[in-house]
Amino acid sequence: MSEVDPKELRIVGFLCNWCSYGGADTAGVSRFKQPTDLRIIRVPCSGRVDPLFIIKALLNGADGVLVSGCHPRDCHYSDGNFYARRRLEMLKRLLPFLGIDDKRFHYTWISASEGQRWQQTVTDFTRQIHRLGPLHSDKEAQP
Amino acid sequence: MSLDKLKQIITDVLKDVDVVIGYKQGFDPLHATPCFVTKPEQVDEISWSPLCVQNLASFLPSLKKKVGVVVKGCDSRTIVQYMQEGLIDRTKVVVIGIPCTGVVSVKKVLDKVKHEPIEEVKFGNDGTVTVKTPSGETKMTLSEVSPDKCETCLYPTPVVFDHLADEPITSTKDPQSVFKDVEEFDKKSLEEKKAYWEKEFDRCIRCYACRNACPMCICQDSCIAESREPHWISQKASLTEKIMFHMIHALHLAGRCVECGECERVCPMGIPVNKLKKKINSDMKTLFGYEPGVKPEDKPPMYTFNVEEKNIEEHKL
Repeated sequence: MSEVDPKELRIVGFLCNWCSYGGADTAGVSRFKQPTDLRIIRVPCSGRVDPLFIIKALLNGADGVLVSGCHPRDCHYSDGNFYARRRLEMLKRLLPFLGIDDKRFHYTWISASEGQRWQQTVTDFTRQIHRLGPLHSDKEAQP
Repeated sequence: MSLDKLKQIITDVLKDVDVVIGYKQGFDPLHATPCFVTKPEQVDEISWSPLCVQNLASFLPSLKKKVGVVVKGCDSRTIVQYMQEGLIDRTKVVVIGIPCTGVVSVKKVLDKVKHEPIEEVKFGNDGTVTVKTPSGETKMTLSEVSPDKCETCLYPTPVVFDHLADEPITSTKDPQSVFKDVEEFDKKSLEEKKAYWEKEFDRCIRCYACRNACPMCICQDSCIAESREPHWISQKASLTEKIMFHMIHALHLAGRCVECGECERVCPMGIPVNKLKKKINSDMKTLFGYEPGVKPEDKPPMYTFNVEEKNIEEHKL
């Protein structure tokens, strides 16, 4: 995509199967243009996302992590994203304490019909990560 | 505190429990060690001094018998946390509380006397510690050799007990000052903090002593740090793996750590492992108004949720 830096970074996305993954699919079907830095991992629910997934990704070479689930009250399993919200907020506050910019991690809620919003989120988040640059120097980055 | 009163209580309690866990002198006068009293004649071995640093409540979840346990203020929070998480049957535990005026850090004392053999340790009523070694006596104050946790201790008297061995003490510490050190640290730049943790964690030898001593690390042999499936961390001795292990420990204790300081006490490399947990606890306090191990009827914040979270706002990009 022309508006972001041509050098690609590694961004990991954990998307819930029922809303956000559907939302990303909607964006794809509608042929919305998106940056290609994001690598999507489909999870059953945002409640499945252990904060350790995010730490592990950031320590082992990812430059940014995006987590997205159903809107609160819309969870397919009725309360998975409520638990996720508490855990992810805790992690978001912990990251700067470890010396990792909390802008490298974002969590949001996107439903299956919000293709446009998905495109916007991915574009904005990718731009934000590009502004921060790579998290690891080439030497320490592990593929 | 009178030792006789403690011994009397233990003798009484022993009549209707299988075992009472207390402290006795260890291999030298500076070390105390846990003592499992099953017979009345063993009661005489029991001792109590600021050297009794171990958290004896850690034994409770693995014991199926009826147990009496001697606890300090900080250790009693472990029992409350066990009760919140349903890990112990409170009817099978008799808690003997000791109001505590602070313990010593054995490491700090040994540093003061240059790791010479210890011949005698005496505690004065005015908060002085006299340590006798072959090269003479060294005097120090209790506050200069006490672990960091004692400086901000809000619960000198156990929060839960069946018998109390002395008059209760109220804390004179300011509740606002508890998280001062982590707030101070958080003000540093990201680069400084990253460099700090890399330097600290690089010393880690992954002996897992912090995990083994932790009263809230209840997975024990099923710890994901050692499982091959899922393979969270490898055997590689790299900094990444070391940090990952400490993250596993910290995040599995999110909103559960009672800050008994066992992890830091047992660390052979002197890594400030408790700092991470303290940071999470300070967030738990601001986000959910929760303090671990204080009220038995509370629920740990990560075990529950509110449909509307008052203190969590949606993040904008």
